[in-house]
Amino acid sequence: MDILTLLFETGFWIAIVRMATPLIFGTLGELICERAGVLNLGIEGIMAAGCMSGWMWVYLGGDLWTGVLFAAFIGAVFGLLHALFTVYWGLSQHVTGLGITMLASALSSFVFRMMLPKATTPPKIVPFQPLDIPVLSDIPFVGEVLFSQSPLTLLALVTIVLVSYIIYRTPLGLALCMTGENPMAVESQGLSVFAIRTCAVMIGSALMAVGGAFLTLSAFDAYYIGMVNGRGWICIALVVFSSWKPGKALLGAMLFAAFDALQMRVQQQSVSIVPYQFYLMMPYIFSIVALIVMSRKASYPKALLIPFRHGER
Amino acid sequence: MGFFNIMDMSVDQIVLQLTGITKTFGKLVANENISLYLRAGEILALLGENGAGKTTLMNILFGHYVADSGHIEVFGEPLTPGSPNAALTHGVGMVHQHFTLADNMTVLDNITLGTEPLFAIKRGSRAARKKIQSLVDRFGLEVDSKALVKHLSVGERQRVEILKALYRDSRILILDEPTAVLTPQESENLFVTLKLLAEQGLAVIFISHKLKEVIGASDRCCVLRHGRVVFESKTSETSAEKLARAMVGGDIPQTSKVVQEVGPEIFRLQNVSISGQDGTTYLNDIDLSLYQGEILGIAGVAGNGQAHLADLVSGMISPGSGQLFLAGKQLKKITPAAMVAHGVGRIPQDRTTTGLVGDMTIEENMVLENYKQKNYSSFGLLRFNNLRKRALDLIAQFDIRCPGPKATTRQLSGGNMQKLILARVLAENPKIILACQPTWGLDVGAATFVHNQLLAAKKRGAAVLLVSEDLDELLGIADRIHVIYHGRLTPAVSPEATDVSALGLAMSGHADVIAKRLPRSIPKDSQEQAGEVAQ
Amino acid sequence: MRIEARENVSWLAKLAAPAVAAIIAMAVCAILILWTGASPVEAYSLLFSGALGSKFAVSETLTRATPLIFTGLAAALAFRAKLWNIGAEGQLYLGACMATWLGTGMFDLPALVMVPLLFLAGALAGGVLLLGPTLLKTKLGVDEVVTTLLLNFIVILFVNWLVFGPWKDPMAMGWPQAAPVIDSAVLGQILSKTRLHWGFAIALFFAILSWVLVRFTSWGYEIRAVGLNQHASRFAGIPVDKVVVRTALISGGLAGFAGVSELCGLRGYLTLDLSPGFGYSGIVVAMLAALHPLGVVLSALFVAVISIGADSMSRSLNISNYISEVATAISLLAVLASMFFSHYKIRWR
Repeated sequence: MDILTLLFETGFWIAIVRMATPLIFGTLGELICERAGVLNLGIEGIMAAGCMSGWMWVYLGGDLWTGVLFAAFIGAVFGLLHALFTVYWGLSQHVTGLGITMLASALSSFVFRMMLPKATTPPKIVPFQPLDIPVLSDIPFVGEVLFSQSPLTLLALVTIVLVSYIIYRTPLGLALCMTGENPMAVESQGLSVFAIRTCAVMIGSALMAVGGAFLTLSAFDAYYIGMVNGRGWICIALVVFSSWKPGKALLGAMLFAAFDALQMRVQQQSVSIVPYQFYLMMPYIFSIVALIVMSRKASYPKALLIPFRHGER
Repeated sequence: MGFFNIMDMSVDQIVLQLTGITKTFGKLVANENISLYLRAGEILALLGENGAGKTTLMNILFGHYVADSGHIEVFGEPLTPGSPNAALTHGVGMVHQHFTLADNMTVLDNITLGTEPLFAIKRGSRAARKKIQSLVDRFGLEVDSKALVKHLSVGERQRVEILKALYRDSRILILDEPTAVLTPQESENLFVTLKLLAEQGLAVIFISHKLKEVIGASDRCCVLRHGRVVFESKTSETSAEKLARAMVGGDIPQTSKVVQEVGPEIFRLQNVSISGQDGTTYLNDIDLSLYQGEILGIAGVAGNGQAHLADLVSGMISPGSGQLFLAGKQLKKITPAAMVAHGVGRIPQDRTTTGLVGDMTIEENMVLENYKQKNYSSFGLLRFNNLRKRALDLIAQFDIRCPGPKATTRQLSGGNMQKLILARVLAENPKIILACQPTWGLDVGAATFVHNQLLAAKKRGAAVLLVSEDLDELLGIADRIHVIYHGRLTPAVSPEATDVSALGLAMSGHADVIAKRLPRSIPKDSQEQAGEVAQ
Repeated sequence: MRIEARENVSWLAKLAAPAVAAIIAMAVCAILILWTGASPVEAYSLLFSGALGSKFAVSETLTRATPLIFTGLAAALAFRAKLWNIGAEGQLYLGACMATWLGTGMFDLPALVMVPLLFLAGALAGGVLLLGPTLLKTKLGVDEVVTTLLLNFIVILFVNWLVFGPWKDPMAMGWPQAAPVIDSAVLGQILSKTRLHWGFAIALFFAILSWVLVRFTSWGYEIRAVGLNQHASRFAGIPVDKVVVRTALISGGLAGFAGVSELCGLRGYLTLDLSPGFGYSGIVVAMLAALHPLGVVLSALFVAVISIGADSMSRSLNISNYISEVATAISLLAVLASMFFSHYKIRWR
């Protein structure tokens, strides 16, 4: 199997963009939290919660888009809980995040099992169908890769542009970045650090949950426990890899999706000396490598992980 | 906000009125029934020792804290407590002591933060830059709005802080210890700017504990002590002595500096240079000799390399080039543990982050540097009885006010924390002592205690390297003084041969003004009484 | 709103935190149980009787607590040095792998030699696994939370390959598991007719040892100082990096013990479901115990009770036993919050 031929295959690129979607949402969501100064380790659990709740909404009769909204809502709720602990009470962001991941994952599994106890094969729903945008999807190569994807994938790409614009060009983005650099500067200009951080964590968590919902509402059509499979943690590495920049986050997500797509192709080839488990390890190994490489240059938000306390000067 | 028209205000109008402000933190009464007023075009100096309550009061005014009782009126209107936004809207601006600037962002970013509607679609950067430029031209606060804050000098950063307030059309400007990080010359420039602002109708309050500049720069002054207003008058109608007495509440404790024969050289830096990873030079070919039985002072404004010099002598960093010699022998391994083993006692600049483990007990902090000694641990097990005994001895000897050796260090006051560190260091009878800003944040009583301990150590024959930004402290107890500027040292001078303004000029780079180099030992017959430490 | 540190935190307040956390967890789960249509009273009585209601139940609970004590100690010691070891799960599995490699027939030694040897080897594997992320942290400043987490996934995939591939036991009738450990490697039962094995006693021993280490030795002093204020420790001359690496080896080693204990005491052979998340539960155990090694034993028992009890409860009522994971997660968040409230007062402006 020739990698070069693979790179020219449209189908390969379509797969990359599709598989990058949950990573894009997750990385953007985490990026927003960290830019505000909060490390959100609840991402793995929140993605699972979004995954399960979006699916459950549709399974119980709702339509796909309101399912996405519901998933976002659930994500925001967990985000609010995280913010209560880390922003309001200034507790350890590490432990809170792990607690939220455990809670969100456990609740998702529990609720799923209680609603569908007897299922040995998970019941299915009808997921998002790939769009066919009239003129744009007829463009050779680019049209298929970008514009014939699931609406959620398009939403992911639009969100990147939107978040980028907000961060670099609007007063809101300025306030967000400042909160992560020097909260005292924000407070002394009359803005509320608590409000900005809480909103950032809630919106970021909502995005993460949508990334999770993509898995059940678009990529696959059923939910099973353990579906997120570490994508949340990979997103944490991707945020460092992207230097907290949305544009680079897209690049990182695509790179990782490429490894995933490559690994699936190799598995399909069946004749391979290297056992498939080692290919499955690749995303995790590369995440660690990405962290090591970026550690030298990492210019992370200066106030990251430091809780802001009124009147502690 | 532009609705304050200077023409509408008469010069004598009262623009700010604080009435009955009281604020307690737990058992500590920070402000007690304070009343103040301020007129347009007036410069008021708020004086007091460390811990007198000045910063707390200004924080209440600006909305960082909420007073327990009392109220504030700005331009005749009541000010909503607890909201910096309300203060800003009413025309109150604050230049904080610790700059509230984000290093990784530009000057423009820092100034315009919060000045535009949060959900606007675009930032009005072009208009902002124009307005900043007009302010720069009007008040002479030179700064490049596109520069990243981390590349600015301390003086430039302060200008950005002032511009932040002026950009928001502040009519009342609060400055918290603005000259703490400036050279004497920069301070003078600042006061020229403040006078200019006052002439344009702004009302200014600045907090300071440096009496000389207060006399020169203010119209009125107000002294706080233990949270209360104890003295208030027009500056022209009082004197530095009266103010000093009011600040301390009695006679000022004296340090007695004794001139003595200096011993042999015990510590030497030779051609030492230190550079950062990005190429910035922190120390540039430094030569420094320290002799037994003297206090060698290093004067300089923060950011000129003294932190790196202190880190070097502490053992925290190694020189890029050059050598260190201790009693003639070259030091090969430079680590904190090695320095401690060589008999270097280190008093760090920051008590809480570098000196002590706040959540450990006093007796545990006492042995932080020597827990491995046979006295305190054997076969890996700690000998708690000896730990306890040492702590009790040192608490008594140094008069550390605390609930007991098993109390956590976090509870101690700043002065008692410093005593703990001094005790830990001096109990080992070090041959060399590095003291970094040893009296920063302490009241006069505690500061005098520290000075007397250092003088006593010198009398015993120790060599003391005193790094300080407080020129009065250096002139008061040092035997020789170097000035550090951009990583280079000026030749050493004795305090008698120089003064604040000469040192100040050296601190801003005009080293040619400093007095000629003096011989090693100073043959003097008489004792000398040091000046007031309160200044 | 302002937060003021309390000046003196009393003993009682410190103990109250985990107790309050447990109560909050039970209360929230009671709501969940109500939602499923069952009665919380009935559910909880089934839970407690299932975990503690008979000699066999108690033995099951203690057996379940054994690996939790090990992983709880691993987390407690590491967290004391502010080393966020989230990789106990992977270290556990690697320890079990090591024991499988050496203990399934490579050589035969008397039990008194074999068992310590396997434990030592397992500890070495766990310690070395944690060494990687630790060195990345001390030398390059890479956050160890993510690296240790990602390693878990890698190790489990590795075990997956071993168990389906080169180590697959042909005698196991198709089930993915490795060959059983030889007889001299087996940890015998403490109580006959139960599954409670000597691993429990070993766990208790190491809990006491850990307490002595933290409280009475200079190593423990260094760990505490480095964890509470790394900068001040470095300034005072404490070899911070050495201390962190040493702590990592001990912590990883303890997690490795968990794997060997489960392998040689309970299961007998390496499988994919050797650990249903003991590594992660260990974090909760450590936090509930406020990082106190002796407290770890108590909180491990608590988590085990919930776990075993939920299994038993789910068999009688139709409540998914995932509720035990929900309860554990809530306990973690609740104890974090309670520790806060006992250390700080909130002052309303």
